[in-house]
Amino acid sequence: MITINCFLILSALMLFIGVYGFLTRRNTLAILISIELMLNAADLNFAAFNRMLFPEGQEGYFFTLFSVAISAAETAIAIAVMINVYRNLKNNFVENLDKLKW
Amino acid sequence: MATTIIFFVLAAIILGCALLAVTTKHIMRAATYLLFVLFGTAGLYFLMGYTFLGSVQVMVYAGGVVVLYIFALMLTGRSDNQKEKSMSVAKKMAALIASLCGAAILLFVIISQKFAATVLTAPNEQLTSIQTLGQQIIASDKYGYLLPFEVVSVLLLACIVGGLIIARKR
Amino acid sequence: MNFTYTIFILLLPFFSFLILGLAGKWLSHRTAGIFGTLVLGVVTVLSYFTAFEYFTADRVDGVFQTLVPYNFVWLPFFDGGLHFDLGIMLDPITVMMLIVISTVSLMVHIYSFGYMHGERGFQRYYAYLSLFTMSMLGLVMATNIFQMYMFWELVGVCSYLLIGFYYTQAPAVAASKKAFIVTRFADLGFLIGILFYGYYTGSFSFDFTNTAVYLNGAMPGVGADFSKAIAGAGFILPTALFLMFVGGAGKSAMFPLHIWLPDAMEGPTPVSALIHAATMVVAGVFQVARMFPLWIQYAPETLHIVAWIGAFTAFYAAAVACAQSDIKRVLAFSTISQIAFMMVALGVCLPEGGYTDNHASLGYMASMYHLFTHAMFKATLFLCAGCIIHAVHSNEMEFMGGMRKYMPITHITFLIACLAISGIPPFSGFFSKDEILVAAFHYSSAMGWIMTGIAAMTAFYMFRLYYGIFWGTENVEYHEHHTPHESPAVMTIPLILLTVITVTVGWILPGSFGSFVSATGEAYHIHLDWSVAGTSIVIAVIAIALATYIYSGVRQPIAEKMKATFPALHKWAYHRFYLDEVYQFVTHRIVFGIFSRSFAWFDRHVVDGFFNFLAWGTNAASYSIRTLQSGRVQQYAFVFLLGVLVLILMLII
Repeated sequence: MITINCFLILSALMLFIGVYGFLTRRNTLAILISIELMLNAADLNFAAFNRMLFPEGQEGYFFTLFSVAISAAETAIAIAVMINVYRNLKNNFVENLDKLKW
Repeated sequence: MATTIIFFVLAAIILGCALLAVTTKHIMRAATYLLFVLFGTAGLYFLMGYTFLGSVQVMVYAGGVVVLYIFALMLTGRSDNQKEKSMSVAKKMAALIASLCGAAILLFVIISQKFAATVLTAPNEQLTSIQTLGQQIIASDKYGYLLPFEVVSVLLLACIVGGLIIARKR
Repeated sequence: MNFTYTIFILLLPFFSFLILGLAGKWLSHRTAGIFGTLVLGVVTVLSYFTAFEYFTADRVDGVFQTLVPYNFVWLPFFDGGLHFDLGIMLDPITVMMLIVISTVSLMVHIYSFGYMHGERGFQRYYAYLSLFTMSMLGLVMATNIFQMYMFWELVGVCSYLLIGFYYTQAPAVAASKKAFIVTRFADLGFLIGILFYGYYTGSFSFDFTNTAVYLNGAMPGVGADFSKAIAGAGFILPTALFLMFVGGAGKSAMFPLHIWLPDAMEGPTPVSALIHAATMVVAGVFQVARMFPLWIQYAPETLHIVAWIGAFTAFYAAAVACAQSDIKRVLAFSTISQIAFMMVALGVCLPEGGYTDNHASLGYMASMYHLFTHAMFKATLFLCAGCIIHAVHSNEMEFMGGMRKYMPITHITFLIACLAISGIPPFSGFFSKDEILVAAFHYSSAMGWIMTGIAAMTAFYMFRLYYGIFWGTENVEYHEHHTPHESPAVMTIPLILLTVITVTVGWILPGSFGSFVSATGEAYHIHLDWSVAGTSIVIAVIAIALATYIYSGVRQPIAEKMKATFPALHKWAYHRFYLDEVYQFVTHRIVFGIFSRSFAWFDRHVVDGFFNFLAWGTNAASYSIRTLQSGRVQQYAFVFLLGVLVLILMLII
């Protein structure tokens, strides 16, 4: 019996796997991958709420669509930034990117 | 019954690949595991009957974003960069504990909520037809999404320009 | 009679200053000099014309009217109460000062054309001269004490600028600072005096007719208690006047505030002639003369202090002048001594009969007369000294001697000026000094004899200087190496003109100076008191003869012997009785060493310490929390995550 809770638990686990990855990875691209996981979990939630609780509406559906579009955009920019960082630092480790502190 | 089995199989794939994606040392592999996670999610959308959403997920995420990642990895590809050294164990444990705590809290919240106990049924193509979606996305009435659609298109344009400017060689 | 054109006497030099000061960089030396001199020529003509118009105007009740062509309220205080005015006032002493200032200034302008030839900053020099002339003229034409104070400070600034004209040389810089600080310190007294005076009399004006009203009980602060008011009046006005005199003593180099004037000789010599001999340094005398009606009426006892300070200064400066070897220093001390003569003359005025008795207040006229003649012959002396320095390139007498062969015109003019200052008839100094001595004898015979003695010392040291320069032991070796020559005409003509004034002013106008300037304003006919005059002539001649005997020869055994017999006295006099060292000790050891140092310690350790502690505390706090801003994204995310979890927990529990 698949209820809304199954989807929510799945997405919650996926979200915190992404959080774990965000906190432990050193390569910025790997961190971006973790962010994609979290975004994906959120998308799944939108779709699941729409489908399981309000199947007559399309709000969750569209939110997911736009979210996919936005995450694609974000990825494009983030990767452009990372390539630029790599060009300057010759590596992509996140601990080197602390010049904007203080 | 078949829906249940398919769901759990997909859930197992998603969780397993997600775990591998954040723990593997090779970033190229991590990107590949991410691809499987995204495929699994697309499978869930299909299972829910959101076929259009599922195909968007496959096209944009799997076909676009992951390919972007792979290109980026290849561009920044150096042997010492590809295989990263992991962080200290203490930091890993701290992150793990924090994540587990967070997951526990969230699961507790989810379980303690009383949602409507709707059961997922077999996929129904009639639920939301592509025609309806297409009309809604360019409609400007109460349930129309013309404005977000235009905003997103402008955003994507801005991203194209921004990506070019940021990444071009000076 | 309309005197509105007198405003141009102030405005022209001011515009000259602006033009030379701002555009001087683009003018050639020649253009700048000629421009400044021409403007001053116009001012001189205007001044003479003013004097002519003023003194030929009809007297009212036997007195020259005090005219106020301009006067407007500049800064009003309260409602209808005190106000600072700006304006122009003409009375006999103002008009006399106009002539003195414009004449000497014009001569100096012409003379500087030769003296400063080719100097760097020639245009700047002329700009300062213009500014000084304007300030000095403004000082004498002021309608009220506050306006006078303003111009008083302006002349102080000009003096500072001109003493420090050679600002690349350390002594000039030190001298200019010294002059400014000492006079400024004295001016503090002047300012307090002005405030005192203004507060209790309700007016700054030189029109003293209203002053007495306040003194009869309507004083603010004293109130309606009549006896208290009278007691206050007896104390306040003398105090105010004495404080003003302190300012005047600073400007006029009275003991013990005289220390700046000898050092001021670091400036260019024409400047010394104009500012530090003829005009600015007599501002103190002029100020006392200006306030004279109040002095004589309300503070006659305080006048005694003025007289005795003057007498002591005159003696001290004359004694020091006998031992100096730098010719400009001798002249500087001579100036101090002569100004002290003027102060004494003012101080010895007797209050009997008060303001209305010209005979009792003879000293007032004598002082102004001496101011006039002294300005002329002292300017001559300084300008001669300038010629000599120009020729020899040194201030020291040892490089001179026998100069009469090389510089005949300078020699003659210098001699005449020396005779004038020594009080030999028929030169102008005789007449004015004689009046001072008469006034001094009138006061007390002790004062009379003291002043006669100082007059003799004056004759002695002036002729010591004269023989030291023009006769005496010639520094042949130095002169062969560098032959002195007479100065160009542009420098000698002012000398000759000033000498002509010195020679003629005494006997061309016999007794008539008193008909222009006197304490009451009524004509006072000067008549020589031959018992006093004869004595002073005899003593002066003896002093000159003594100087001739000691210093005129090529070899000077007596001078050497005197030096050897009284080495301590000579040394003390040469070092000006170590007064500069006393000042040095007081300022550095006591003021700086004890007070300033303890204040500085307090400032550094307590005041600064408190603020340093605040800064240090902020800094330390920032350092201790700055690791929170590590720049590590993951750390931020971790903290963020914890925060979110805590918030969720708070919401669900």
